[in-house]
Amino acid sequence: MELLPLIWFVAIAVLWVGYLVLEGFDFGVGMLLPVIGRDNTDRRVMINAIGPVWDGNEVWLITAVGAMFAAFPAWYASVFSGFYLPVLVILVALILRGVAFEYRGKGDTARWRAWWDRAIVFGSAAPAVLWGLILANIVRGVPMDADGIVSAGPADLLSPYALLGGLTTLALFALHGAVFLTLKTAGPVRARARAAALRCAVVAVPAAAGFLAWTQLAYGAAWTWPVAAVAAAALVAAVPLVAGGREGWSFTATALAIGASTVVLFGSLFPDVLPSTTDPAYSLTVANASSADYALTVMTWVAVVFLPLVIAYQAWSYWVFRKRVSREHIEPAPAYGGSHTAPGTAADAGAAG
Amino acid sequence: MDALDLARWQFGITTIYHFLFVPLTIGLSVIVASLQTAWYRTGKHQYLQATKFFGKLFLINFAMGVVTGIVQEFQFGMNWSEYSRFVGDVFGAPLAMEALLAFFLESTFIGLWIFGWDKLPRKVHLACIWAAAIGTNLSAYFILAANAWMRHPVGYTRDPETGRAQLTDIWAVLSNNQAWSTYLHVVSAAFITAGMFVAAVSAYKLWRNRAEAGEGAESRRAGRERELFRATLRAGMVVTLLAGVLAVYSGDHQAKLAAAYEPMKLAAAEAHWETEEGAPFSTFAVGDTEERLNVIDVTVPHVLSFLATGDIDGTVHGMNDLQAEYERLYGEGDYIPNVFVLYWSFRLMIGLGLFSVAVAALGLWLTRRRELPRTRWFYYAAVLSLPTALAANILGWVLTEMGRQPWTVHGELLTAASVSPGVSLGTVAFSLATFTAIYGVLAIVEAGLLWRYIKAGPSHVVPDRDDDEEGTAADAPVPAFVY
Ligand code: HDD
Ligand code: HEM
Ligand code: HEM
Repeated sequence: MELLPLIWFVAIAVLWVGYLVLEGFDFGVGMLLPVIGRDNTDRRVMINAIGPVWDGNEVWLITAVGAMFAAFPAWYASVFSGFYLPVLVILVALILRGVAFEYRGKGDTARWRAWWDRAIVFGSAAPAVLWGLILANIVRGVPMDADGIVSAGPADLLSPYALLGGLTTLALFALHGAVFLTLKTAGPVRARARAAALRCAVVAVPAAAGFLAWTQLAYGAAWTWPVAAVAAAALVAAVPLVAGGREGWSFTATALAIGASTVVLFGSLFPDVLPSTTDPAYSLTVANASSADYALTVMTWVAVVFLPLVIAYQAWSYWVFRKRVSREHIEPAPAYGGSHTAPGTAADAGAAG
Repeated sequence: MDALDLARWQFGITTIYHFLFVPLTIGLSVIVASLQTAWYRTGKHQYLQATKFFGKLFLINFAMGVVTGIVQEFQFGMNWSEYSRFVGDVFGAPLAMEALLAFFLESTFIGLWIFGWDKLPRKVHLACIWAAAIGTNLSAYFILAANAWMRHPVGYTRDPETGRAQLTDIWAVLSNNQAWSTYLHVVSAAFITAGMFVAAVSAYKLWRNRAEAGEGAESRRAGRERELFRATLRAGMVVTLLAGVLAVYSGDHQAKLAAAYEPMKLAAAEAHWETEEGAPFSTFAVGDTEERLNVIDVTVPHVLSFLATGDIDGTVHGMNDLQAEYERLYGEGDYIPNVFVLYWSFRLMIGLGLFSVAVAALGLWLTRRRELPRTRWFYYAAVLSLPTALAANILGWVLTEMGRQPWTVHGELLTAASVSPGVSLGTVAFSLATFTAIYGVLAIVEAGLLWRYIKAGPSHVVPDRDDDEEGTAADAPVPAFVY
């Protein structure tokens, strides 16, 4: 196998690891919004804990998909046309979630906020399930003809293996998000997040263990066994760490569990990128789906120069916002309402004053 | 109606929608950064208020730009899988570069800017908004280079085995004259729009505020607000006017490039059927696309030749000749795009866009002595100039993209051959309906929010201070824009 396509397969796996680890806790926080956030201030504490970083985290997805397009056009084309409906739902969810973060605090009625809260819960939970479902389906393979045209129906997409994959990412991200909140908030949110984390673990640990074992047995490579073991061990270790208040360590553990599980999935997929269940000869592989060497060389240079830079400034932004967020940090309604003029009527300064 | 038609409608609707927010993001990011720089330099409280006021409006708009952009990136794979297979090797590189160089930069630094007001030293915080603004303006270059490649493909070969495009020279793609020319034109159009946004908001506030006079705290407040908006009104109009000059210059260049690389587009935009030397510019035409001729045509002599070639007697090819030539080169088919749409989108782009520029020029003249015009019509015109500028942007894209038909990649790949073969009519119909519904609802929500914030005014975002001119109270922390 040629080197450059291999490098780009690895690079894309790395970008997905980055995306799932980082956006995983954003999704978890979003899903748990009504569970952990009992009142509006609590919910704002939660949203502000991820506020400065979620958009940057999402760009890992944009980059991962852009890299698939550039390095493996056939892979990109088959995956996104083949998983059309789940991808559509993910897009809708990401639209609603992104807008909700920005707009939720800009109205001043409880009903307005309740609508956006629903958008955040749906916008976080749906991608959490569906990315697991799609990744599992990619590993498992789909009905695909010699031209790369996927014809997967609901029965293919919703196989037990794929459903377990979806459940695993859902539970793992919820756990990861709860652990993140124990690390990044103070006060009642932190306490409730700890309790929620322990409850999430009850589902996440068995689901992930089952999914990893199934992946290994059915599709795995020899070298992914130890990686799967690391993922499982980290996940199991996270539970006592969270219970004992070792928040930094427990977050490291859940991050490691998600990262290592992603590596297992990509490792099991290799050297295919999208197996065909119609005929293995039709499978898209690292070798037959890739762009030519020149394009890959160009992209390699760009990535070598810029990816470290990106990681550096993203790390800096996490450092800037390293302090815990608590109720005291939440100013009463930051910009709209609550201040000296009432919205709509007297706010119309010219007319009223 | 087949899946291809709906996929085209979906692409058109979602991209146009994305592009309602893009020009404002491109221009406002720089304007807000400049306002904050003014505050940093002078410490005047008014500049802080202006920064945060327009900053809020910028953020409301930015959120929509981000979420609608994600759809664009996935859509190539979902609806245009054959296109993606064909161009990925060439087209993917700028797209991936855009994400790596530009999107990361802007999203990370926007986060730092929104939440960092009270956490970062002022200088660093100012640098954050500039980083985001630069990221935004960079991102536009890459995507436009990708788009320009579709209109003027360079730096590639066709793989003899697979028939797909293969990148051979990335510099050729990035330095494509169509790319930088388009970039100049799009960025100037964006600054026309953003400048007019600032001016229109200011004009509205000034008009509502006009009656204030006399004593008392409220009227002092109104007076301060008038001061602020008088300054931003002029600043916005200056931006629009300067950008307008650049838009005309680069637009002329765009027309010359179109004449060189996509003569059919220019001919269709002019309803120009027969090849001519010293061709006239049509100002109003009623044509018959069946008979391929114009029934009525009001023209200005020689102007089209000049626009297309820089020479008043230059040759401009007509659609009938081009059609014959394309049939010879590419085989049977209809290579004439929708003449009606192109003809009118071209004229309306120029007309509506330059209307905004003209209002800005007029406004600068009227306010040249620090005075505000008293006539109602000026304020109306200024407010109206915002939708016309936005419409000009959209119509320019309709011209560009529909004029490229029937090709997605000029001379290489037909639109009909680009669509995803495995995606059914029902699926595309469902997603088209979904996006249209969501986008419709969000448009209403967004407009409502902008409206409320504009009505509430700057003193809502940052309370007034009486000791305006006293310089920065360096100890007073500036609250962040938390969610
Ligand atoms: C406020 C906006 C605005 C204004 C005042 C103008 N344009 Fe424009 N025009 C655009 C906004 C725009 C745009 C939306 O930004 C487009 C779409 C794609 C592009 O490159 O820019 C565009 C495209 C576009 C194209 C198509 C390019 C192609 O398909 O290759 C041409 C030929 C022109 N313009 C020419 C002009 C001329 C001759 C103008 C003035 C005399 C002019 N434009 C003013
Ligand atoms: C942001 C401004 C843009 C707008 C408003 C716009 C608008 C449109 C419209 C209206 C169509 C449908 C044309 C038709 O009737 O078939 C279209 C098609 C298309 N455009 Fe654009 N476009 C924009 C930018 C881009 C860019 C930057 C790219 C590529 C990077 C692109 C790629 C395409 C493709 C692949 C199609 C589908 C095939 C086709 O129908 O031509 N567009 N666009
Ligand atoms: C059809 C092709 C296009 C694609 C695939 C695309 C992709 C994207 C994506 C993925 C985002 C979200 C970025 C984020 O999360 O931060 C975005 C936003 C944006 N895009 Fe587009 N876009 C397209 C057309 C355009 C055009 C033609 C321009 C400029 C001329 C443009 C400029 C921007 C800007 C300024 C934003 C604002 C928000 C941001 O960058 O984060 N886009 N676009």
